[in-house]
Amino acid sequence: MLEARGLVKEFGGLRAVAGMDFTLRRGELRCLIGPNGAGKSTFFKLLAAVLKPTAGTIRFKGLDLPRLQPHEVARAGIGIKFQVPRVYEQLSVADNLWLAANFRHGRAAGAAVERALAEIRLGERRDARVAHLSHGDRQWVEIGMVLAAEPELILLDEPTAGMTHAEARRTADLVREINRRATVVVVEHDMDFVRQLAATVTVLHRGAVLAEGSMDEIRDNATVRDIYLGKRPHARG
Amino acid sequence: MRAEPAVWTTGAVVLGGLPFLLSLFQVVQLTVFMAFCLLALSLDLIWGVAGILSFGQAAFFGVGGYAYGVVGINSGSTTLGLAGAVASAAVLAALLGYFTFYGRVGAMYFAVITLTVTLILHQVMGSTAGPRYAIGAARLGGYNGMTNIPSLALELPGRTPSVLEPVPLFYVVGGLLLVVLGLGRALVRSSFGRVLRAIREDEGRTELLGYDVRWRKLLTFVISGGIAGLAGGLFAGWGNFINPQVFSLSQSALVVIWVMVGGRGTLYGAIAGALVVQWLTNYLGAASVTYTSVLLGVALVVIVLIFPGGLVPAVGRGLGWLVERPRRALAVLP
Repeated sequence: MLEARGLVKEFGGLRAVAGMDFTLRRGELRCLIGPNGAGKSTFFKLLAAVLKPTAGTIRFKGLDLPRLQPHEVARAGIGIKFQVPRVYEQLSVADNLWLAANFRHGRAAGAAVERALAEIRLGERRDARVAHLSHGDRQWVEIGMVLAAEPELILLDEPTAGMTHAEARRTADLVREINRRATVVVVEHDMDFVRQLAATVTVLHRGAVLAEGSMDEIRDNATVRDIYLGKRPHARG
Repeated sequence: MRAEPAVWTTGAVVLGGLPFLLSLFQVVQLTVFMAFCLLALSLDLIWGVAGILSFGQAAFFGVGGYAYGVVGINSGSTTLGLAGAVASAAVLAALLGYFTFYGRVGAMYFAVITLTVTLILHQVMGSTAGPRYAIGAARLGGYNGMTNIPSLALELPGRTPSVLEPVPLFYVVGGLLLVVLGLGRALVRSSFGRVLRAIREDEGRTELLGYDVRWRKLLTFVISGGIAGLAGGLFAGWGNFINPQVFSLSQSALVVIWVMVGGRGTLYGAIAGALVVQWLTNYLGAASVTYTSVLLGVALVVIVLIFPGGLVPAVGRGLGWLVERPRRALAVLP
């Protein structure tokens, strides 16, 4: 469904993404992890076509992703949830969801809004301005926006940031639920959350893919331990 | 928003009754104020609703005024003149908007570009003094302006056109204002209007939700330009005269001040702002105060400081509070 080849992104002299290959199959649930500065956020923005790559290609359903206008990326079926919730503060919860639902559902947007409201359990606060919501609820609003748009590929950048442990657990359930309908890529710091998702994990390091596999395989990978966990348990004693 | 039909009825009744209560001079004054209201409304549509600050509304107003003059003088029809005013301003807005919105020019640069275009028009129209500068029978007249612009006339098929007297002219301009306000409110409340508010809040996010913001901004700007052009045509027809002063820096700023004072985003605020500021200007002028503009400036600063959101939202909140307070007081009773 999505294929990146030889992806490079440079900021001045800094190579944030340095020759990355990445393949995603339809229906997959994939977690991206890596230490700070590994290039997760940059890679994420390249997938979302917010940034254009310095070199390399990204193809989504055969489309040349970096050449698309931002609105065409959404219309191609990619939905994005940002690390810091990017929601319309001055608009109501329902209006935020309606904006997300409208372009796909048109006149049926109202029904999609109701479904999303139920899923994020904010039905009672539908008319509240988003500016008046807690940080955790804003995360839910943005997840609701992604749900209402019903994209084929969903990109989630640290969806549990600012959530309580219980909320993070609920998010993991929801992400697995969403995965039945759509392909999902999650960038995440919280290892408990990643474990709950039981997804294929891709470890990034210095702008390239270091390892790929299940959480158990990754945990047993010595190189990953060295670099990602920053300690050498096997070298002790 | 449910109170809107009541607002409308009141507005229409007040408008209908005013000529019976006011002197002829006041009716004539109020007529031109209502043309200014249209100009303020045009800015509120693009700035208040879609969040794009345009300093160019004065340019569309002026172009509309000149176009009305040129078409009116040459064709003899003031209806065609008004159509020409709307069309020429809309075309200018389309050109300006196409290159800036599709070129992804930032908001700040857009404000500067629109102001620059206005000031260039000021220069260009100022240097058209000689008889060489004429379009058909209409002489542009440089800084002295274009004279002999025909008054708005009632033109019905099969009848000789009759120039509108002050009171009918008042009704025509007032009626146009109400119609444009009604259409504008419908636009604001439509799904298109909801997306415009989203663009105002966060343009980048709106694109990522699948909306092509470029044509939406362009269309809004063209509508806004057309309304400003209509206002300019009415202004020229009202005074039989237009000069490059309409393209001046102070005129461009004045439109922004009207909307700021009245409050952005509701369209009602723009109208209230234009009326309040123009009334204040006239009142201070008539009281022959020496420092009219200084006093006016102070008054405007005070208004904006006390009501940063503008007069109309403040009045709305005040009314809401008055309604809520007794209800709350009753609620605590046993």
